[in-house]
Formats: sequence, C-alpha cells, structure tokens
Amino acid sequence: MLTYTIRRLLTAIPTLIFISLIIFLLLDMAPGDPTAQLPLTIPPEVREQIRQSLGLGEPVHIRYLLWLKQMVWSEPVYYLSQSVDWVSAPDEARLISWQTRAPVMDTILERLPQTLMVVGLAYVVGVLIALPIGIISAYKQYSVFDQAGTFVSMIGFSIPPFFSGVLMIILFTVMMPNDSFWWFPSIYDTTLVIDSWEAFGKQVRQMVLPVMVLALQTTAQISRFMRASMLDNLNQDYVRTARAKGMTESVVVLKHVLRNSMIPVVTVIALGIPAIFGGAIITEQIFKVNGIGQLLIVSIQASDVPMVQTLTFIFAILIVFFNLIADILYGILDPRIRYD
Amino acid sequence: MTDTSIDTRDDAVARNQWWDVWDQFKTHKGAVMGACFFIFIVLAVYVGPWIWSIDPTYIDVRARNQGSTWAHPFGTDQLGRDMLARMMAGGQTSISVGLTAMGLALFLGTLVGVLAGYFKRIDGLLMRVTDLFLALPLLPLLLVMVMLFRQPLSASFGPETGIFILIVIAIGITSWMPTARIVRGDVLALKEREFVLAARSIGTRPGKMILRHVLPNVMSPIMVSATLGIATAIITESALSFLGLGFPPDFPTWGRLLFDATDFMQQHPQRVMWPGLAISLTVLSVNYMGDGLRDALDPRIRGL
Repeated sequence: MLTYTIRRLLTAIPTLIFISLIIFLLLDMAPGDPTAQLPLTIPPEVREQIRQSLGLGEPVHIRYLLWLKQMVWSEPVYYLSQSVDWVSAPDEARLISWQTRAPVMDTILERLPQTLMVVGLAYVVGVLIALPIGIISAYKQYSVFDQAGTFVSMIGFSIPPFFSGVLMIILFTVMMPNDSFWWFPSIYDTTLVIDSWEAFGKQVRQMVLPVMVLALQTTAQISRFMRASMLDNLNQDYVRTARAKGMTESVVVLKHVLRNSMIPVVTVIALGIPAIFGGAIITEQIFKVNGIGQLLIVSIQASDVPMVQTLTFIFAILIVFFNLIADILYGILDPRIRYD
Repeated sequence: MTDTSIDTRDDAVARNQWWDVWDQFKTHKGAVMGACFFIFIVLAVYVGPWIWSIDPTYIDVRARNQGSTWAHPFGTDQLGRDMLARMMAGGQTSISVGLTAMGLALFLGTLVGVLAGYFKRIDGLLMRVTDLFLALPLLPLLLVMVMLFRQPLSASFGPETGIFILIVIAIGITSWMPTARIVRGDVLALKEREFVLAARSIGTRPGKMILRHVLPNVMSPIMVSATLGIATAIITESALSFLGLGFPPDFPTWGRLLFDATDFMQQHPQRVMWPGLAISLTVLSVNYMGDGLRDALDPRIRGL
C-alpha cells in the first residue's frame, strides 16, 4: 500500500509541474499591461522601471522558474515564519497582485473562508441527501420513489447553476413577502460578525440559497452513483448468502450491500470536491459571495495576471490532490486495486 | 431506467441495423419526447425568424419593459426590443455553438482515442496528455482563454465571428477527453477481434483499417458522447455569457439574455424565465435523448 501511495504521489508531481507551465505560458500572453492604469504623465523610462520592478524584464523561462519557486517555496516558508519563530522569512519579494498591490496569497487567504463555508457546507448537505435517496431508489427499483428520484436528478443535471440560482432568488427573495419566514436574502453579507444568536441566525439564513443551489447539483450526481453502485451489489451472490443465513433485511442492506457499494461512491465524492469549487465561481457571482471564485472573475476582468495564475494553479492543485486522495482511498477500501 | 419491451422483428427480411436501433429508441418515452422537443427548439430558432419577422435589434423605446401581450408574446426588454425575436436569435447562437463545439470535441476525442487505441507506440503519450487535460481547471482556463484571445480574434474576424470561433475552439479543446477515453477502450477491445485479424491477414493498411473496420464499430459510443457533448457545450457557452465573458452585449445568446435579465429581476422576473427555461429544457431533452440512445445502441439491451 505504501509503494502504491508513493508511486501515485510521484506521478502527481510532473502533472502539477506541467499544468503550472501551461497556466503560466497561457497567462503570459495576456495583452494587459500592468502599467496601463497608471497616469499618462509618467515618463516612458519610469514606466519601464516600474515594469522591471514587477519582474517583467526577464526572459520567459526565468520568470516561470521564479514564479514556481515563489509559489511552492517562498510563500509556504513565509507563512511558516509568521507562525513559528525558528524559521526566518525568505529573502525574495512576495507575489504581488497588479491590481491591489497586496500579496496575492494574503488576499486569497482572506477570501477562502467564505468559499469554504458555503461550498463545503453545500457539498456535505448534498452528499447527506444523496446517499439515502440512492439507497432507497436502488432497493425499491422502478418504484414511484425511484422514478421521482431519476426525474429530480435529471433536472439537477440539466438546470445549470446560473438558472437555478436566479430561480431561487425570484422565488425566495422577490416573490416572497419580506416578513415571511421563507424569505431569504439573495446577497451574502461577508461583513456579518457572528457574536450573538441573532447574528448566527442571519448567517444561516444568508447561506440557505447558495447552499441549496450547489447541493442540488451534488445530490443529482451522487444519488445516481449511489443507486447504480447499490444495484450492482444487490444481485451479487454474497447478498443471497446473507439472506439465506437468516439475516434481517436491514443488516443485509445497510451492512453488507451498503459497505461494498460505498467503495466507488467514496471516490466519486472525493473527485467531486474540486469540481464544486469550479461550480462555485458561478454561484458566488450570483449570490455575491466574495470568495475565491468571485476573486478570479474580478482579477480576470482587471487582467491581474499574478492573481489569476495563482488562483488557477490552486484550482489545479485541488484537482490533482483530490484525484490522488480518490486513488489512495480506492486502494485502501478495495484491496484488489492495489496492483503493483 | 428503461423498460425494454420485445419488439416484433421480421427476420425473413434483411434489415438495416439502424432500424433495430430506432425500434429500441422508440420504447424509451423520455428519449422520444426529448428528441421531439429538441427538433422543435431547433426549428423554432432557425425557421421561427421567418414567421416572427420582428428584428431582434429593433429598438422601440415607447414599448419598453412590457409583459406578455399579443404584439410581444414574451414581452419586451428595457430598450423595447421584442423578447421572442431575441430568444430566437439567441437560440441560433447557443445551438450553433453547441453543435459546432460538440463536433470539434468529438473530432479531437475520436482522433486521439483511435490513435491511442490502435497504435500502441503512442498510446502512453496520448493517454498522459488526456490525463493532463482532465486535471486542468477547465472553467478558469476557459475564462482566461476568452479574456486573452477576444481582442485579436475580434480584430481579425469581426466581433461576432471572432467570439464564435474563440468560444467554439475553447469549448472544443477542453471537452474532448471523455470521448477519447471511451473510444480508446473500445478500439483496444476491437483490435483483438477476429475480423480485424482477418482484415490484417489480407494486407489491409492501418489507415484503411481504421476507416473501414474500426470507426464504424465505435460509432455508438461516439454518438452517445455527441448528444451529451451538445448539452455540456450549451451550458458552458451560457455560463461564459452569464459571467459577462461571452458574446458582446448587442449579440444575444440565451446565457447573455439571462445575464441581462438578472439586472431587472425585481421588476420583471418573467424575463429571466424564458432564456433560463430554454437552456434547461434543451439540455434536459438532449440528456434524455442521450439516455435513450445509449440504451438503443447497446446490443445487449436491444437484442432482448
């Protein structure tokens, strides 16, 4: 198992390096000039000096290696030096955003909690709803419940988040009377400080709509997987044996079948986490959550190259990391997979 | 998901296998309804403008922000442009982007899949590339590509054609990977079959072999990915337009119409519904079609 894990880890590294190269080179072609926003009275030679100070004078490969070093070495070391005193801060300048002139990583870390709170909660809710639906749909195949489940997940697949989100706002914000219990705010207020039960209630209420939109997508996918996986297992011989031994139906289904069907589902759940971050770009835009997805859109519109590079690379790291987790989980859960 | 009924086939007459596929497809009610709806939408957006001949860009400020009336069944927008005409024009773009991008993705996917499956020497390399593309964060990269190449392409092909080419290529090269994987798997299995051995023993060249023997036999997975590809392409295009990084504002697509309507959501919620419903129903119908097609093309189910 250890060699399997190590091998998977080693293949992840070249993948990440290659992806970082693609992202860097693609963004390097950006037409935007970081000095374009500065006043026109600045003489050309000063403008050139500003460009040099932003590290634009070097050839491409040097800039790529510098950026990579900053990403994987300087920034982690900097945060380490902030928290423990036996590490000193690195000498290099930090990765600076062209738009805000603040360190890129600081801005991202500021935005991350909002994304994690909304997206993470939505994913958990989605999975928790999806699993029972999948189990019941498979156990009572072709029943009314199963047909309804199929239809709902088809809808979840087909309604894109930018329509379901807008639909939710119309239903729960525009059409609903303001004093009703079912009225929910459509704008996520990040400045809300949770210091009382009232504020906590407010926080819960403003999270309801974005979480519902994201959870609908998750539920649609995971419940289908759960159902298919349960169906594969329900017809196996070991299920018949378990029933023949006189086990109760609940033990057969929830202990024998469920455990075995969870193997592929767990990996699908792990694989879905980065995709949810991608979907959150749109959801954050609709509900005005100022998380990293919204940061990406703003940076793209402002041609803030370092910010976009870093964010895209973080998304790539998430994808590769969770692919790795899924592979390793599969290996742990299903010993047959650990071919060496 | 589907109930497979036994179809009465006349074994005496030699039949084209596509009739069997059609018979099986007909038993899937959702798929038939999906196909009918998709044909209806395609006709509505392409033939509709000849019947409903209001110009989608005609501005009539006195008739702005109207609800549904006989003169404007879908109402008008904030500049008094007819929503029905705009929906048709937008649908043309959305569906054209969907079909073209799907075609490109399918071509790339089939090419990579067949080459990787057939020629062992480049299999490892091509599959590595496929894995790499699968690990790319697609939506951020799409946004970045649109941002980077919008200006140069608009300059050389005009704003509309330039963005059309850009979006089709961007969606095409970010969505070919599933097709490539499926096709490769099928080609690998096909290569071991006797008829391929027979064809090779009479000296068939690889190019001929791929065109005559391999490709016709991997048509069914390609067709299923084609239907699903249309759905993804339409959603992706709408998402880009919704984020304000798609077609220019005066050039409607369904995503753009939805995006524009969200500004007036409080006053005119019905204006959001038309483009949203059009996107969702088209995607739903295409998904159902793909579902039915998958069952119909699977000989294990069809043979029953």
